[in-house]
Amino acid sequence: MSISVKALTKYFGQQKAVDGISFEAKPGQILGFLGPNGAGKSTTMKMLTGYLSPSAGEAEVCGQNVVTAPLQVKSLIGYLPENTPLYNEMYVREFLGFVGQLYRVHNLDQRIREVIAMVGLGSEQHKKIGELSKGYKQRVGLAQAIIHNPQVLILDEPTSGLDPNQLADIRKLIRDLGKNKTVILSTHIMQEVEALCDEVIIISKGQIVANATMADLKSQNAGESLEEIFRKLTS
Amino acid sequence: MAYITIGVFLLACALLLWFFPDTSILDYGYAELGSFFGLVPFLFMFLVPAITMRSFAEERKEGTYVLLATSPLTDLQLIAAKYLACVVLLLFALIPTSVYYYSIYQLGLPKGNIDSGAVIGSYLGLFLLGNAFTAIGIFASSITKNQVIAFAVAVFLCFFSFSGFDSASKLFEFQFLEGLLVNLGINEHYQSISRGVLDTRDLVYFITFVALFLGLSKLAIGGRKW
Repeated sequence: MSISVKALTKYFGQQKAVDGISFEAKPGQILGFLGPNGAGKSTTMKMLTGYLSPSAGEAEVCGQNVVTAPLQVKSLIGYLPENTPLYNEMYVREFLGFVGQLYRVHNLDQRIREVIAMVGLGSEQHKKIGELSKGYKQRVGLAQAIIHNPQVLILDEPTSGLDPNQLADIRKLIRDLGKNKTVILSTHIMQEVEALCDEVIIISKGQIVANATMADLKSQNAGESLEEIFRKLTS
Repeated sequence: MAYITIGVFLLACALLLWFFPDTSILDYGYAELGSFFGLVPFLFMFLVPAITMRSFAEERKEGTYVLLATSPLTDLQLIAAKYLACVVLLLFALIPTSVYYYSIYQLGLPKGNIDSGAVIGSYLGLFLLGNAFTAIGIFASSITKNQVIAFAVAVFLCFFSFSGFDSASKLFEFQFLEGLLVNLGINEHYQSISRGVLDTRDLVYFITFVALFLGLSKLAIGGRKW
């Protein structure tokens, strides 16, 4: 198991944002995180990446506890945060170099070239990040997440705001990456889950309401579309 | 942005030292840099917060702080890196002012009649003072998302720690507290180093001061609720 979460809980003041969730994720699989806005998807991801500390419960990434061994966990994870925060005044290559140095990547120049080719940034690689369109910024965000070739990828809404062509490109990239990594991605687009994910977790009000493979979920709910299942479970 | 800030600082220095009659060295009549070292702390009070205000406030506002926080670095490494980056910038603001030393050296009568030891001491004092102000600025930037608030808080804290303790000590004249308060202020230690005598007590004071504010920044950054 490369990710194992046990009874993970997060309070913000009195409010329970994540309420004792447990799940596991295996390498070579793409795990879809679904749920209405405010269900606790991002909060769970932030706890896995070590950005927020859990109020209770445990989370392990490749056998390392996120609370007791934060640095090891952080170097194992590639994280694309929600809204893709980037340094707009930096150049694409400069930024990737900076992130690569943070993760102490060897052969950085070569790795930057590889990553730029992987995410399809070739034509825009000499621009400032602030000059890029939303789709290309998203690619830069993905590039910084995979630059250290992490075993675990956590992508928070990686395809929001992309046009259909870019969508297809990015999905293909995520599918390729998912072949030998553990990928967790959150999204609101049901077709995307059907197209990408092997397993689905649906969260509502901080609790897991469904955790199954795509095929199981479909057969349990006799022929209903994922959207119908989602609405039934979360409303 | 950094270049502009440094440029403004150097411009202000030059104007105050050579042109404005009230503070000009030329009108003062003595070829010495005392007025320069008296003025710069007050310029630093604005320059340093202007340099440091971005460091954490902007990262948090833009959300890029998430990238740093999820990279394999400890909070202390982050704070130290931000702090050192600002100190280096400050050093670059300070280096061009050595031109003034050369000018005064040439202007002295006889030529070269300047207390070089005191000048070196004063520069060291300025550097340490800049370090203390930078630590304050980093702290101010770590407690807010708003750069303007970070700037205002830093300017106030710099001013207070530089001369506030001196003024406050006057409330307790001829009492035990007076000496204590004076010793807490940066000014006392800055003056002491400027005389050209490097006392370990002053050095310890500045190191403690910097460590205190960087430690406070760590507290502010560590208790993450955003």
